[in-house]
Amino acid sequence: MIYAGMFYIATLLLVVGLAYKIFDYSRTPAPLKIPTTPAPTTQTGVVYRMAKEVVLFESLFKSNKWIWVFGWLFHFGLLLVLLRHLRYFTEPVWFWVGIIQPFGKYASIMMVVGLLGLLARRYLVDRVRYISTPSDILMLVLLIAIGVTGMLMTFVVHTDIVALKAFFMGLMYLDVQPVPQDPILLIHLALVALLMVIFPISKLLHAPGLFFSPTRNQADNPREHRHVAAWAARLDQKN
Amino acid sequence: MAAAEFDIPEIKDEIEIPKLREGATAHAKSFIAPQAVQDAMGYPHELGEDWKERAIDKMGDLLGKYRSLKVFLDACVHCGACTDKCHYYLGTSDPKNMPVARQDLMRQVYRRYFTTAGKLFPKLVGAKDLTKDILDDWYNYYHQCSECRRCSVFCPYGIDTAEITMAGREILNHVGMGQKYSNEILNKVHRIGNNLGLPGPALEDTLEGLEEDIEADTGVAVKMPIDVKGAEVLLVTPSADFFSEPHVESLIGYAKVFHAAGINWTLSSHASEAGNFGLFNGNYENMRKVALRIRDAALELGVKRIVVGECGHAWRVAYSFWNTLTGIGYGGNDPFSIELQKQLDPTYPQPQHICELTNDLIKSGRIKVDPSLNDDLIVTYHDSCNVARASRMGTEPGGQFTIPRELIQSVVNNFHNMADDTIYESTFCCGGGGGLLTDDLMEVRVKGALPRATALNNVVKEHQVNFMATICAICKAQFTKVLPKYGFDMSMVGGVHQLVSKAIKLD
Repeated sequence: MIYAGMFYIATLLLVVGLAYKIFDYSRTPAPLKIPTTPAPTTQTGVVYRMAKEVVLFESLFKSNKWIWVFGWLFHFGLLLVLLRHLRYFTEPVWFWVGIIQPFGKYASIMMVVGLLGLLARRYLVDRVRYISTPSDILMLVLLIAIGVTGMLMTFVVHTDIVALKAFFMGLMYLDVQPVPQDPILLIHLALVALLMVIFPISKLLHAPGLFFSPTRNQADNPREHRHVAAWAARLDQKN
Repeated sequence: MAAAEFDIPEIKDEIEIPKLREGATAHAKSFIAPQAVQDAMGYPHELGEDWKERAIDKMGDLLGKYRSLKVFLDACVHCGACTDKCHYYLGTSDPKNMPVARQDLMRQVYRRYFTTAGKLFPKLVGAKDLTKDILDDWYNYYHQCSECRRCSVFCPYGIDTAEITMAGREILNHVGMGQKYSNEILNKVHRIGNNLGLPGPALEDTLEGLEEDIEADTGVAVKMPIDVKGAEVLLVTPSADFFSEPHVESLIGYAKVFHAAGINWTLSSHASEAGNFGLFNGNYENMRKVALRIRDAALELGVKRIVVGECGHAWRVAYSFWNTLTGIGYGGNDPFSIELQKQLDPTYPQPQHICELTNDLIKSGRIKVDPSLNDDLIVTYHDSCNVARASRMGTEPGGQFTIPRELIQSVVNNFHNMADDTIYESTFCCGGGGGLLTDDLMEVRVKGALPRATALNNVVKEHQVNFMATICAICKAQFTKVLPKYGFDMSMVGGVHQLVSKAIKLD
């Protein structure tokens, strides 16, 4: 019951917190055209630029190959792992979720290796050490702990996966079932819930933030289109 | 008052990433604006009792007005990608000149007062109460940023430290800590019309003198008209072009281009400044007020086209912001912008850069040039930061890189680029942009020029380059002052139209 309540609350905080942040970003005007140029001149071009940022981390690739390698390993490992986890939330399991199971299994190694690399940088590179706060380290430790507990259950000591699925399906259909009393699983789940709660109030906001970044999401067309924010348009009327 | 003595860095073969030296330029502090300057700008001149509340209120105000600020303060993950990208960090080794650390000076306060995590667990997320020490850090390090946007190219979320610096300076002004240099210049432009404080009659005298010089030199009566109603083109150029060397050589170049092409043009005594320090201070109203002088002059003179001279941040404001601020451009459907749009000639981009104009004229054969007249020069080109990363020329992305190079290569025979990672979008700032072109920041300026000086030194060694062309008044002033400290001759810096001026054929 504790875990059921915990996940309901964590989901609520994640969804409401993130929705509020996205609403807050979208209502805040960008009064000036500030794309980092050269920038695409059309909206289609902007979608392409943004896609390259999201999928390939293009700017980071230009910037630093080590951070890019570790960052990309982590994020795409995580993506595959998350997609693999859909099998605990779908019945019957979607066709493609079945296909990616083996990939998702080994993607956890990618994920944890990436995270360990990023953590090592925080100690080994003097510039990165200088800017790191305790939360930067703890965030990585939290993700590593989630990854390692997950891997333990996948590769070493299996948990009662049927009962676990019953627990999550129960949560989804408001028919609460007991969570398997496996300590590794309980740690794994508690840490995931913690991550969900932290998401909307931490630097994990870089995920939605990227889509609202004016240097990346604006088209370079200021001579052709007049761009005026509401608060700035009021100044024109005084003229 | 002489600035403190300091060592000139040694130019190495490659641009090196230095080890951190905490507080290395903590002493490099720009002069604070005195009362008269702050009064004229409508800002307080000293910290009042309530400075802390005022600062936080202003930050809240800006967070509501600028999505960039809000998203950039939230999104940073401290990945470190930007830490070796700032020329001031590379030149000074002061960790607070790393872009992320410069942002964190504000982010720590933002987190404390505006975020749940910072209110609940300040230590954990590096949130701090605003103190006088932090405010002093803001003043120092937001005046060791030239707002050049190099970091924004390399940030995976496009975080532009310039936006944070601008907000920081705006808050500092509102609590009574303005910068003397920038605010004095803004005062001059508001009162007189240009950054140098050059009144109309003095300007006319200067232009007459230049006309005589050109005629003595070439035997052709090239004119420098001012305040001519009904002219086709209004040229708006940085006021340094009227007075400073080597800037004036480019002004002569523009005049020769208009003469040779038979274009009826004029300068304006009301809008005798393309530069706009309102950008540097991050104050929208100030930036708009400065830009409106150009709109007013265009309406008053009835010109059909507006062309901008060689100035980096001026071109950013003109290209990216004039349409927004003043309606100079197209696509407006409100009375304010339509009034001007119906006067402008829609067959030309508005505003147009002088390099776009001259390059088109040469390519279409309307003006003739002889590049062999520049055969004494082996030329390289410094992309000015604001042109490179905050504007465009021509119709294609990247035109801001190709058009000036095309133009240079049509008027000179010997041209070599500097290393790829120091030009185009990765160009290094000259070290004097963004309101830092003042003697009280000389140490920061000299050290900030180290990456550019290194790249220049390499093409000097490899290709015997003896001229670095650029299209920015600040770059020209900065380099002529700072490059000699690295052993270069100050005359090796000049404008692109200085080269055009030498090669153009006049009849």
